[in-house]
Amino acid sequence: MAFINPMDTPGIPTYRVMDSDGVLVGQSRSELGFTNEDALSWYRNMLTGWFFSLYYDGLRPDADGLLTSRYGQVSAGEEGISVGSAAALTPDDVVFAQYRETGVFQQRGFTLKQFMSQLFANANDNGRGRNMPVHYGCAYPKTVRITPSPTSPMLELEWTLTEAQHTISSTLATQIPQASGAAYALKLQALQNPDKPPAIVACYFGEGAASEGDFHAGLNIAATRSCPVVFICRNNGYAISTPTLEQYRGDGIASRGVGYGIDTIRVDGNDIFAVYETMKAARGLALSGGGRPVLIEAMSYRVSHHSTSDDSFAYRARVEVEDWKRRDNPIIRLRKWLENEGLWNEDLERQAREGIRRDVLREFGEAERAKKPAIRFAFEDVYEEVTEEVREQMGELKRILEEYPEEYDLRGFEGGIKGLDEK
Amino acid sequence: MASVPRPRRLIGLYSRRYSTTPTSSTRLNLPIDYKSTPLLHHTPSSLMNTLNLPPSSTSKSMNLYTAINGALRTALSKSNKVMLFGEDVAFGGVFRCSMDLQTEFGSERVFNTPLTEQGIIGFAIGAAAEGMKPVAEIQFADYVFPAFDQIVNEAAKFRYREGATGGSAGGLVIRMPCGAVGHGALYHSQSPEALFAHIPGLQVVMPRSPSQARGLLLSAIFESKNPVVFMEPKVLYRAAVEHVPSEYYTIPLNKAEVIKPGNDLTIISYGQPLYLCSAAIAAAEKALGASVELIDLRTIYPWDRQTVLDSVKRTGRAIVVHESMVNFGVGAEVAATIQTGAFLSLEAPVKRVAGWSTHTGLTYEKLILPDVARIYDAIKQTLEY
Repeated sequence: MAFINPMDTPGIPTYRVMDSDGVLVGQSRSELGFTNEDALSWYRNMLTGWFFSLYYDGLRPDADGLLTSRYGQVSAGEEGISVGSAAALTPDDVVFAQYRETGVFQQRGFTLKQFMSQLFANANDNGRGRNMPVHYGCAYPKTVRITPSPTSPMLELEWTLTEAQHTISSTLATQIPQASGAAYALKLQALQNPDKPPAIVACYFGEGAASEGDFHAGLNIAATRSCPVVFICRNNGYAISTPTLEQYRGDGIASRGVGYGIDTIRVDGNDIFAVYETMKAARGLALSGGGRPVLIEAMSYRVSHHSTSDDSFAYRARVEVEDWKRRDNPIIRLRKWLENEGLWNEDLERQAREGIRRDVLREFGEAERAKKPAIRFAFEDVYEEVTEEVREQMGELKRILEEYPEEYDLRGFEGGIKGLDEK
Repeated sequence: MASVPRPRRLIGLYSRRYSTTPTSSTRLNLPIDYKSTPLLHHTPSSLMNTLNLPPSSTSKSMNLYTAINGALRTALSKSNKVMLFGEDVAFGGVFRCSMDLQTEFGSERVFNTPLTEQGIIGFAIGAAAEGMKPVAEIQFADYVFPAFDQIVNEAAKFRYREGATGGSAGGLVIRMPCGAVGHGALYHSQSPEALFAHIPGLQVVMPRSPSQARGLLLSAIFESKNPVVFMEPKVLYRAAVEHVPSEYYTIPLNKAEVIKPGNDLTIISYGQPLYLCSAAIAAAEKALGASVELIDLRTIYPWDRQTVLDSVKRTGRAIVVHESMVNFGVGAEVAATIQTGAFLSLEAPVKRVAGWSTHTGLTYEKLILPDVARIYDAIKQTLEY
């Protein structure tokens, strides 16, 4: 009789391509599967992400009600994971994110204007002003292919992909079983229509969310139904104030993948090359043999506060954070590599930062000045059609607004009170 | 190979009675005679009028589970976007609703999931978001609660939060057997429709008969662009037998049906209690000489308020009947709506006949749930008010 003691099992190693000085470890330049332009665009996207977090931190003074209302989760320190993994996806791949994946949106072409419109919940926001900041959603460019089937005219072979980057919801881990179901749908569609390009689902979540029941449900169902989905866990050491020692006692999240029968790897999340390579290989693996799930645990450190409502120095030492920021950071690591390759220097860095800063501030101003969406959007899209009951409630709200105009400031909303009229 | 259902959920339905049984002197609380109830189409002749079918349509006599099985077969052949899954669905389902469907349509579209309700619904939402029409089964409505977060926070809010991107989980249908069966006790008897009816974004549907189940289920799968919670009164799976049209037809959602016209009182109900209402109405009309209108809501939310208000404005009296607990139940919403919308027409308080505010203790079931005597008494009291 022998109990298996987890302490006797060696920890899962962390895959790395370059060290913290930006020097390749055991690999040559020619083995890297990307161009200089790719690396430069990744760097630019990470830098923009970094600026976002500065922008958020800058809003922390909370005397002004408007500023504190701009709550949001920030991604600093994890840009390597989001940008690096998204770079390995195709436009047909579908993304389910948690909320700390700004870089995924950037890498897939979400514009500064779209980011800012969402943060300000204005009329240009995809989410129609309904969601808290950072709950981005994107009708990402995707292909819709229509193939009539001469053999079975009864069957519908017309796929309408609604969007490829689903809107983020606050509920943790709910996207994990959804990602499995979406991946299964993509697999079925590929079987039914061979002309459809093969696609996977990429599903992001933190190590804290992995404690939810939906993590268990999602990975298990992905394994039993052989779904082409890549789960990417961002293990940044903290879930708000809870360190991983209070989150789990096993060997991180990666060790669980094996228990579900899922191909698993742990990667250095501050090493964008390692993340990119891993995601590229995982994508191929997910599409092989009729579909299979893959788990990636990307190790990093959440250098920023959890969100703008959080002061993380209440539960961890400032010196520890400063150490991570300075010593190991995905942006600095890539910058060192770019400089070693002669692709980057202090001048280019200054120009880039100034450019990004200018763009962010411009879009910030424009988004701030833009109108809020029309107030009918408070009621629409609950169902496909507005119900008779809700139409009556809209009429009632209109009556109230007309009766007590001094109680409601509608100037910021498109169309004012007329915005309540149905289109 | 067919998998074997787990013992905790395998129940010898229809085999034992724990609650009170009728005696020789019982007049009202007799077992429902499904062979003679006017609520079922015992011959094909009455079908054409109620379902707007062409006279040429053919029909077949079937019970509720065969009608659902047939509707699912129709759905799976009509569109390859339709998928069917849940616990033990592959071998035919613990209530036989998915019988032979895996053999006919393949294990890619009809399959078992692991035993995880939150996983089943999350998976279904994801598939719906990519344009599929997943029909997810929760083995008993009593076990839907682990999936509550996915249903309430995700499925119901999906279209709203997506906004301009146009994403939705509209293709989703969640089927679940519900209601009491005589001995289901705490976890094989529940009807949580009121909990879902509190959630904007969901359509909540409960059929009362095989022909209705076919029409409403096909409507939920093909015509609704919203997530639908489709609740099947499991006591009717074998008991309710009637003629069901063989061809494709749908019954509109969000539309109530006046089953029986009347002038003095309106009874509003849905699902299995409609049979109890029908029996109570027959007894009351005979004994009291009154004329009672019976309305089947069919869709519990968003519900057909106009049909109910029009009826009550005419009759001046109303009773709402449902099996689930009276506290904050569907009856509360219906009664409040009547009070607001037909206040000047009311000649008596709106009565609610529903389950008492307790749990369905095994041996007490018949004392806890509404029966013919309680509905009869409510008719009497309301008319005499």
